[in-house]
Amino acid sequence: MNDHILLPEGSIEKQTTTLNLGPTHPATHGVFQNILELDGERIMKSTSTVGYIHRAFEKIAERRPLYQITPLTDRLNYCSSPINNMGWHLTCEKLLGVKTPKRVDYLRVIIMELARIADHLICNSIVGVDSGAYSGFLYLMQYRELIYEIYEEVCGSRLTTTIGRIGGFERNFSAAAFEKLEKFLREYPKTLKEFEKLFTRNRIFMERTIGCGPISAERALNYGFTGPNLRAAGVDYDVRVHTPYSSYEDFDFVVPVGTTGDCYDRFLVRNEEMWQSLSIIEQAYQKVQEFKGAEAEVFHADAPAYYLPEKKDVYTKMEALIYHFKIVMGETEIPEGEVYSCVEGANGELGFYLISDGGRTPYRLHFRRPCFIYYQAFEELVKGGMLSDAVITMSSLNLIAGEMDA
Amino acid sequence: MALTNETIQRKLTEKFSDQLIDWKEPYGMLTFTAPKDLNLKVLQYLFDDEELKFRFLTDLQAVHYPDRKGEELAVVYHLHNLVDNIRIRFKIYADIEKPDVFSATALYQAANVMERETYDFFGVNFVGHPNLKRILNVDEMDYFPMRKQYPVEDQLRIDKDDEMFGR
Repeated sequence: MNDHILLPEGSIEKQTTTLNLGPTHPATHGVFQNILELDGERIMKSTSTVGYIHRAFEKIAERRPLYQITPLTDRLNYCSSPINNMGWHLTCEKLLGVKTPKRVDYLRVIIMELARIADHLICNSIVGVDSGAYSGFLYLMQYRELIYEIYEEVCGSRLTTTIGRIGGFERNFSAAAFEKLEKFLREYPKTLKEFEKLFTRNRIFMERTIGCGPISAERALNYGFTGPNLRAAGVDYDVRVHTPYSSYEDFDFVVPVGTTGDCYDRFLVRNEEMWQSLSIIEQAYQKVQEFKGAEAEVFHADAPAYYLPEKKDVYTKMEALIYHFKIVMGETEIPEGEVYSCVEGANGELGFYLISDGGRTPYRLHFRRPCFIYYQAFEELVKGGMLSDAVITMSSLNLIAGEMDA
Repeated sequence: MALTNETIQRKLTEKFSDQLIDWKEPYGMLTFTAPKDLNLKVLQYLFDDEELKFRFLTDLQAVHYPDRKGEELAVVYHLHNLVDNIRIRFKIYADIEKPDVFSATALYQAANVMERETYDFFGVNFVGHPNLKRILNVDEMDYFPMRKQYPVEDQLRIDKDDEMFGR
């Protein structure tokens, strides 16, 4: 299938060896294929193939009312599905002109930052695993479990969360959710510090990752990098700062940047982002606690045409019954318009481009999936490097097959 | 002075006079339509101009409008000026019978996979693309599935044997 490259006179072999890294190789952490042409262990050429789990979400979305598209967004970047869900809700709210109360914004920020931590901790500990250090993964993994328990308290599910609704949340946060959040805020910093002690100044880890898969800022921008990978190359572009959504402007945080864009910088940027996320969660939790009395019961916007009414109202009130019926049967008309809205996903700018022609379903919906766009740089990043470096580069780019293939 | 939508519109109109039409600002994002053959010129001008500096291609995709005769396929570009933090969107329309559009890959590496995806789903033929192959669908596919003449399967159909899938 792939043409071999002839090696120069005097080499041990006459031509390169073809190696299939993927589609079901444990090192790819997802279903995508890299056909490598190897001279010994050195990579001469790499060709990527994606699309093994393409599920036609954009086509399906053209037949679904807005709230039924939320479960599709879960399955993009499944390591941080709450961010995708919120991004979708924010897109709908922008199109429909729904204004969410501050408390909802802050609760959303808590959930989104938890999701970012969950995503980054997986990515960073997997970089550790791929470079031969398994224990860091085991330390951090238990906290992803705790984050999933918080999701569970809020929305009932863990991985594909479908958290929240257009206009807010499906129910108020329970006391147990806040207890678990406090536990997380209390315990996670210690473990993260321990994790950093294991890795950050570890000579073996540094030797493995410094200078491995580097990219310059210009190339990264040209390749359409966003998120931690772009910041590791030295560009301080963060959607949370550039186009604040969900009241991110109320929070005080730093956008960490790297310099060389190699695996080590990507690792450091992600680690620092976890600390920043922790601080954002703390600030948001403090702000949430300041709401007292009736204000503390607010968990959704007043948007009766799109937000499902309470069940007891459906049985007793005429209007609630009508809205309930219209929403459930997908008979709510969406206003005409086109909107692009983006959030800072865990691996880059996650954008939603929605065109509505005034019908009940979107006319066209396009997901800007960050890792689909930057995965093409992989071929350039690993060229001339060793095979084992390619494996680390792949995991440190945080490639999620579900997002790539949509 | 920060860049505003008015400045961008004025500069573009100065450069391309009345070839750019349909100026709109849905939800604050400046949107316009360019003639099909001018897409690279517009992109290049937006990239090179010292004031505009639209040097980040955020997104590229197509939309199918079966009712617009002769311009069924719209290709939509989302560009971002990271310095002044302003976004614009522009569209070009192509005939579905002959959907040849110039490729932006020479300007943006990022356009490579986005154009492949657009080709894969809508059949827009990007002239000058180095590797215009299907990307998410199987290579053997002989139609472009996101076009509107291919509706999503009716979920109520009963003539299909889905026993293996538990449905």
